[in-house]
Amino acid sequence: MTKITKELVKEHGISKEEYDFILKSLNREPTITELGIFSAMWSEHCSYKSSKYWLKQLPTNSDYVIQGPGENAGVIDIGDNYAAVFKMESHNHPSYIEPYQGAATGVGGILRDIFTMGARPVALLNSIRFGEISHEKTKHLLTGVVSGIGGYGNCMGIPTVGGEVEFNSSYNDNILVNAMCVGVAKKDKIFYSKASGVGNSVVYVGSKTGRDGIHGATMASAEFDDNSEDKRPTVQVGDPFSEKLLLEACMELMKMDIIIAIQDMGAAGLTSSAVEMAGKGNLGIELNLDNVPCREDKMTAYEIMLSESQERMLMILEPDKEEIAKDIFEKWELDFSVIGRLTDTKRLIINHKKEKKADIILDILEKGAPSYQRPYKTKVYKDEILKDKFTREKPLSILKKMIGSPNLCSRKWVWEQYDHMVMTDTMLLPGGDAAIIRVHETNKGLSMTADSTPRYCASDPFEGGKQVVAEAWRNLISVGSQPIAITDCMNFGNPEKKEIMGQFAGVIEGMKEACNFLNFPVVSGNVSLYNETNGKGINPTPVIGGVGVVKNLSVFADQFFKRDDDHILIIGETDGHLTQSIYAHELLECDIGLPPRVDLNKELKNGLFVKELICKSLIDTVHDISDGGLLVAISEMSMKYNYGFDIKLKKRDLNSYLFGEDQARYVISVEEKNLKKVRYKLEEKGIYFENIGKTVKDFIILNDEQMTVKELKNIYENWFNNYLSEAS
Amino acid sequence: MKASVIVFPGSNCDRDVAVSIKKITNLDPIMVWHKETTLPKSDLVIIPGGFTFGDYLRCGSIAANSPIMIDIIKKAKKGLPILGICNGFQILTESGLLPGTLIKNDCLSFICKIVSIRVENNQTSFSNKYKKNEIINIPIAHNEGNFFADNDTLKKIEDANQIIFRYCNVNGEINNSSNPNGSIKNIAGIINENGNVLGMMPHPERATCNITKLYDGENLFKSLAESLF
Repeated sequence: MTKITKELVKEHGISKEEYDFILKSLNREPTITELGIFSAMWSEHCSYKSSKYWLKQLPTNSDYVIQGPGENAGVIDIGDNYAAVFKMESHNHPSYIEPYQGAATGVGGILRDIFTMGARPVALLNSIRFGEISHEKTKHLLTGVVSGIGGYGNCMGIPTVGGEVEFNSSYNDNILVNAMCVGVAKKDKIFYSKASGVGNSVVYVGSKTGRDGIHGATMASAEFDDNSEDKRPTVQVGDPFSEKLLLEACMELMKMDIIIAIQDMGAAGLTSSAVEMAGKGNLGIELNLDNVPCREDKMTAYEIMLSESQERMLMILEPDKEEIAKDIFEKWELDFSVIGRLTDTKRLIINHKKEKKADIILDILEKGAPSYQRPYKTKVYKDEILKDKFTREKPLSILKKMIGSPNLCSRKWVWEQYDHMVMTDTMLLPGGDAAIIRVHETNKGLSMTADSTPRYCASDPFEGGKQVVAEAWRNLISVGSQPIAITDCMNFGNPEKKEIMGQFAGVIEGMKEACNFLNFPVVSGNVSLYNETNGKGINPTPVIGGVGVVKNLSVFADQFFKRDDDHILIIGETDGHLTQSIYAHELLECDIGLPPRVDLNKELKNGLFVKELICKSLIDTVHDISDGGLLVAISEMSMKYNYGFDIKLKKRDLNSYLFGEDQARYVISVEEKNLKKVRYKLEEKGIYFENIGKTVKDFIILNDEQMTVKELKNIYENWFNNYLSEAS
Repeated sequence: MKASVIVFPGSNCDRDVAVSIKKITNLDPIMVWHKETTLPKSDLVIIPGGFTFGDYLRCGSIAANSPIMIDIIKKAKKGLPILGICNGFQILTESGLLPGTLIKNDCLSFICKIVSIRVENNQTSFSNKYKKNEIINIPIAHNEGNFFADNDTLKKIEDANQIIFRYCNVNGEINNSSNPNGSIKNIAGIINENGNVLGMMPHPERATCNITKLYDGENLFKSLAESLF
């Protein structure tokens, strides 16, 4: 028997108070297997011990919500007896240590969360953040992560349709890889993880268990230091082919209506799936690890319980249905093994090689899990005045610098490595405000987006929290869909620091206000804390994955100018808010002051109005104004079909008008024949707008300056290739 | 009229191609599991795209040895039309039904985008609905689409008009800058000597609907459906 020493307890990330509680509850010293189980279940990653208190404050309900947080993924009603199932999850720490496998298994994990609920995955999105471009590891991490995401999703045959990429020094030693998956299921065919039926079989399916990923959840809950690369063996290795087989086998079995409960083995592997399934059913579970299919010889109970080998599922079946399931899994050449039974003891009992390795009351693991209301400090964020050193420079020459900067240039290099067209349902390709995926057997589409604005959150967490939700909502509005709900991936630093907890609290408060106001509840999510290296935390990064419904597949909008001589209208007021803009960050290199404020009243009013114009087929070209401001937005609208613009502007401070990032704004282009009607409606509703000019073929004209669309496009599209071909 | 769509472990364009042919033609798709040893009665066989067996060995090499392939090879030799798309093309070269091989893209990464290809030979049952030299827009999505053959093989397929599609630019010009993956002579699709087995890297099934707003793949399926009567 391994002696449980203080050092061993510490290595498992268990605090002294937590260990005392374990001793008291068990009334004895834990075995090493039990210590491992506590360590995994009580890790920040699995227990949400620092964030639970705050997450509970977010709204999670609406008329559309079928399942909110607490299951493998959230579920919303999309009508026609169909439901959309979605979630976003982080895989930050593994991706920094081993970018290809870390990112690939991040995608694999989120896919399983979706199909374990009975939904066929229909789209993937991802939000990835790297250090500054001059950092020695950025190229290596960028290329590894992108090929890892592609490697997994492409092989699975699920299109990767959207996302975002950011470079910022705050991620120099702690990149972020957040993957989101959206699936579609029949509304009455959703599968849950709550076990039921004493005596029912606990069945293991999928790949074999190996020694990879042991303690992944604990690693993901600790800060990094210079020796983090030594942790490489804790990164799991992905096998998308096995996952594809697992997907098809599960889909085939789910048609049979015999699964009582199912959950994937994700973070903390067999431990968390067994504990959560039995716990939700208020039952006990007894496992015999001799029956777990293992990849390696002589694996201990500790290793089997904590392995994070990928592509595995746990399900509950009635014993007389085992054969039906077994036949299907054998057809797909996957392991199938009955590894235990449900009991009425409310205990987790682990047997291995004729020895009892663990015996824990489930309540202690679940309800006994620590929950901390960590102290936090709210900073007072001050406004400051920005010195614009480019007041004499011409706007189009500034535009060229902006559009050729790492955070505004085209992401084509990234998404061309992802199969974004497989399944032939992708109605809007990547590179727009939101993607749209058709839903088979209906005339509907699902719109989806993944977005965050960490620099706003760092400079005012409350306003930043509001903004990230509002922007996701705006993205879904821009394509003409009804925003329904969000998933969130909360990436923050060390919660034991008051300032970081202050950021977390502020962002949650802001999100809560926006979610409530916009009727845009949170249905699933994930928290990733301790994103720090050598004591320096990342910018607070709440990534929002929004999902909406396009009611009629033939009526939607995209962001690209399609004709010349369309009128260009700006919906919403422009005050010229420059602090915390991309202009300030990239060109003025000055990160002071407050982010733009989100006026939720205007947000709602302007957004619903734009959506109405799209749904009435009065407009088909809409882009929300976000990073980079107005001029960047209309330039992004120009480059796809080579329709530029001719605008005349007389403004006192032209730069702040063109590059300010005031919220609740959209650019729309209106055909001459519809202009009168659109103007009438705008005036009738009292919505602020400006008609700034018209679209023209091939050229970009601003007052007395002129350039070709082609010139701008070259700058826009070549940044990644140029950057990656430079010798580092 | 029936079209067998072969499903291997790791096929992922099987549904897409079945949906397309059902929509455009009067062919009825039947999904055939790779472990079957005889094809159901079919007028056409489609080997769809995907990552059969994970492409962990050379792409298509394991699938080329699946039980169903024996019957497919036998019937191909008797003239049954076979269409291999993307991974299906790789399976056809691995099984010896088509010459040449497909190696890693010269950019060394996966590429998914809409490209232009030129119809080089419209005198086949797969391409007779196109005009000769017609430029069509069609998506590609592959990691190993770089067609290669030795000089003798290449000369043979060129002389016999077996090259059906080549990558080109929007003006139909065939050059290095219009070659997405490094394929020799910009080859995107070839046919066998008998004219009944076609392999192509681009995905015609992704260019058959108002969802993608691409329609240029429709004529391939229409050509097939009509010539089967």
